[in-house]
Amino acid sequence: MDRVLMKGNEAIGEAAIAAGCRYFFGYPITPQSELPEFLSRRLPQVGGVFLQAESEVAAINMVYGAASTGARVMTSSSSPGISLKQEGISYLAASELPCVIVNIMRAGPGLGGIQPSQSDYFQATRGGGHGDYRTIVLAPASVQEIADLVIEGFELADHYRMPVMILGDGTLGQMMEPVRIDGTAKVKIQAKPWALTGKKGRARNIINSLNLDPEKLEMHNRKLEKRYQEIKERETRAERYLTDDAEIVVAAYGIVARVCKAAVDRARAEGIKAGLFRPITLWPFPDMELNEAAGRAGNVLAVEMSLGQMVEDVKLALNGRVPVSFYGRVGGVVPTVANVVEEIKKVSEKYRKVK
Amino acid sequence: MAVVFERPRALTDQKFRYCPGCHHGIIHRLVAETIDELEIQDRTIAVASVGCSVFSYEYFDTDAIQAAHGRAPAVATGIKRAEPECVVFTYQGDGDLAAIGTAEIVHAAARGENITVIFVNNAVYGMTSGQMAPTTLIGQVTTTSPDGRIPSRAGYPIRVCELLNTLEGPAYLARVSVHDPRHVREAKKAIKEAFQVQLSGKGFSLVEVLSACPTNWHLSPLEAIGWIKEKMIPYYPLGKFRNTMEVKKHG
Repeated sequence: MDRVLMKGNEAIGEAAIAAGCRYFFGYPITPQSELPEFLSRRLPQVGGVFLQAESEVAAINMVYGAASTGARVMTSSSSPGISLKQEGISYLAASELPCVIVNIMRAGPGLGGIQPSQSDYFQATRGGGHGDYRTIVLAPASVQEIADLVIEGFELADHYRMPVMILGDGTLGQMMEPVRIDGTAKVKIQAKPWALTGKKGRARNIINSLNLDPEKLEMHNRKLEKRYQEIKERETRAERYLTDDAEIVVAAYGIVARVCKAAVDRARAEGIKAGLFRPITLWPFPDMELNEAAGRAGNVLAVEMSLGQMVEDVKLALNGRVPVSFYGRVGGVVPTVANVVEEIKKVSEKYRKVK
Repeated sequence: MAVVFERPRALTDQKFRYCPGCHHGIIHRLVAETIDELEIQDRTIAVASVGCSVFSYEYFDTDAIQAAHGRAPAVATGIKRAEPECVVFTYQGDGDLAAIGTAEIVHAAARGENITVIFVNNAVYGMTSGQMAPTTLIGQVTTTSPDGRIPSRAGYPIRVCELLNTLEGPAYLARVSVHDPRHVREAKKAIKEAFQVQLSGKGFSLVEVLSACPTNWHLSPLEAIGWIKEKMIPYYPLGKFRNTMEVKKHG
């Protein structure tokens, strides 16, 4: 298949179809509405179901129902809508049901604005809903990577039987880039003997998250913990750019990492040995990869469209070995290359003095 | 010796955890008999809700799922859309369906979603021990309406069948009671019709069943039956509000 020019939001939809997803339940909210609009046209063409739910709450519970039958299913929203889905996400995690949830983040808190933001990092990586659970969180930085991670997200969700979140932002959702999505590749979806299909001669299947016996519930919690540990060991992904000799490593994800890459190039042109570390999985956070990339650097600068959320994971990963600074823009403001270069200079100067 | 009465195949041997005089057991049995008679046990999926019937996934011998509070019609929608050959029903109480789950039930009905809803109305929150429900009658004393439900403070009880009957979507709406054998037989007939509506692909069907909660009404089981007759039925009249099958037959 040739590369075509697509909006990020539409690429999510086309990639989901390529991954064998035939069910989408959603509710309109800016800046992700192109995705349900796109799927309302596309899904019926491939024999799938698009349903506009009465609320985000209903949509995530429809996902819970469809996922329980073993179907590949997706929902999408933006920040305030993702808050509404949290109860359902907790149930999906507890009941070990796979699905893909897309959050095209906008600025908050409250109704906030409709411009891009990364201020849902805590919500995405710390659970968001109630109870001890995790979701795999994938953070693309281009339209091509959106498509690739959506397809990979469905695989990870099925493999680990848990929800996977695609965490993008308004810029990624709205911008157009060339993308190649191979819709002809045959998707092999693994058998799901736990799925609800009607008994059909076998013992009945039950999907449930209620467990009133503390010992039994603890066993279930431990089982989930073991799986989360396995994911931490196996599924971290990150990109490194010019970090080998870097004196300052900029840590950023998503669209901000694109801005920071340009800032790293400009800083290098001005004689500052800068590099970029871009986590692709936000949970599990690529701790080891960050230490490899930045362990020998003089300092690390985390840049985000938030008041400082991912920076906490950066600090936890480095555990005091390297000083960490933070630069953030909020409210829907995207940092410019000039902003980041200025910050790189400021931080480099500060640590040069310290030395 | 001929067996004249036994447990329906669609019920497991799990003992009910319901209080003495509670009608959930009767209603479970009627649903299970219907599943047996229609021979749909192998393709039925039950959606349990939150409330006293939360464990219904343990009682029905079918595939089953437990839904978050109020969300059963949305969960059932997801299942039915993905597995249209399956028979999908929710089993919900009045707190679950008519308070926290109002949006989900109204929109499942408005879409004409091809699912069946068994709605058990006992005018009180049972599992949390007797708080005021959306269906609590005027003047009825509960733990959160200690002076009786006073409309100026707590509004009026919701008549779910009548509310849903304003929508185009539903194919079948009926209110029944199980307070005596005659009414049990009528309730069984309505439940069976509701499942038949789904099997014929007509769309949304709901049976509201008036049900006793002696524990939280602070009445004996016998007095509770009297309370249904004297208090509940006058406010919640029994009958069929919608039956697309019949219209079809006569039309």
